[in-house]
Amino acid sequence: MLILEHLSCVVLQGISLVLEDAELVCLSGASGSGKTRLLRAIADLDLNSGVVQLDGTARDAIDPQAWRRQVAYLPAESRWWAPTVGEHFRDPASVPFDQLGFDKAVIDWKVERLSSGERQRLAILRLLENHPRVLLLDEPTANLDPQSTERVEALITKYIRDARAACLWVTHAIDQIERIARHQLLLDNSCLKTAVAA
Amino acid sequence: MITLSLLDLSLAALLVVALALSSLRIYPEIAGQLTIAAIRTAIQLTLIGLVLKALFASSDVLWVALLSVFMLAVAGREVMARQHWRFSGWWGYGIGALSMFISSFSVALFALIIVIGNDPWYQPQYAIPLLGMLLGNTMNGIALALDRLTSTASEQRDVIEARLMLGYSQREAIAEIRQQVFRTGLIPIINAMAAAGIVSLPGMMTGQILAGAPPVEAVKYQILIMFLISGGAGFGTLAALHFGVKRLFDERLRLRLDRLHKAG
Repeated sequence: MLILEHLSCVVLQGISLVLEDAELVCLSGASGSGKTRLLRAIADLDLNSGVVQLDGTARDAIDPQAWRRQVAYLPAESRWWAPTVGEHFRDPASVPFDQLGFDKAVIDWKVERLSSGERQRLAILRLLENHPRVLLLDEPTANLDPQSTERVEALITKYIRDARAACLWVTHAIDQIERIARHQLLLDNSCLKTAVAA
Repeated sequence: MITLSLLDLSLAALLVVALALSSLRIYPEIAGQLTIAAIRTAIQLTLIGLVLKALFASSDVLWVALLSVFMLAVAGREVMARQHWRFSGWWGYGIGALSMFISSFSVALFALIIVIGNDPWYQPQYAIPLLGMLLGNTMNGIALALDRLTSTASEQRDVIEARLMLGYSQREAIAEIRQQVFRTGLIPIINAMAAAGIVSLPGMMTGQILAGAPPVEAVKYQILIMFLISGGAGFGTLAALHFGVKRLFDERLRLRLDRLHKAG
């Protein structure tokens, strides 16, 4: 369970939020409303203040490396630094590439030849390798085709169920929200509002 | 040794004047910069000559220390002036100056007390030129290294943060940058040592030979200086890298580019 109390950073003031285990919450809001800022603040990538707790332990009591493995943030655009895909994974042999439609040979693929959709799917697998307790996903399916979107949704919802992880998923697609989430939050003017499911 | 008269120097200055005049048409600003630099060289070197003359006469450890600190302070300013991205506040000055202090001063002390073993060890005729050569070279290494560190960290912000997001350590997050920075700091002295004697005759050795010292003695001093400089520049770069990286990240392992500002 992830608890935020009065979280503030550059553009956001006093955000409070509770994410229960095995719960997937969708977050929407106009562009520039601070969705990315919020996720970055929770992952402790930007300066922020307020109380953040994971399973009853304060964030400050957890080493920052361990924190980011447990509270995993997926940016809207993934970054790759080595020539091949496999070099970006700690243990490429044990990654379930097939679940997002890749075969094992993907390990040796050149990163520069990946499409943006392939990058995105691989970034999700890379993130899950840390077995996080909380997922903070910034428009994870924005540049995916419908089939890949479905696969990603299935993989994430299964992970959340099995690992009893919490998830905050930024998306604008109403049909997606209906498929994956019971709760939807709207970020507006530094306020989190519960949106009524349409 | 043949002493140079004012006329001799004026003749050499004609060369600079001629160059300034010919560059007027191509790039007038460079002509101005060249003239100012030449005038600065004449004034600064004359002054240091007078200072050294007075210093050699007194041989007071206090004056040696004072001049050393002054040289360090100026070198620190020079390192800061060469950064495109500077650490804000005192850090911009402090990281370079502290790194130079640690490396140049300790290497100079090591050379004076243990290697050369003069009595007294602070005899200005040895201490000041040695420190000057060390500071000049470590200054170059540290300035290049710090500039490389801050500019690559700014350029590769996304990659560094992408690794931090995945729970990588600070060391893992900037592994290649560290290597590049260290290489940048050491390349000048590596090149100088590799070319010494074949492509270039180093200045200090040439000076001693001109002053009438036996070539083999001059060569021994030059080798000593080269080794001291590589130690000074190398450890200075390591120190600058250590303090710089420390300042780029905070205790929660966030990349703090807000601690930098663009110069100029």
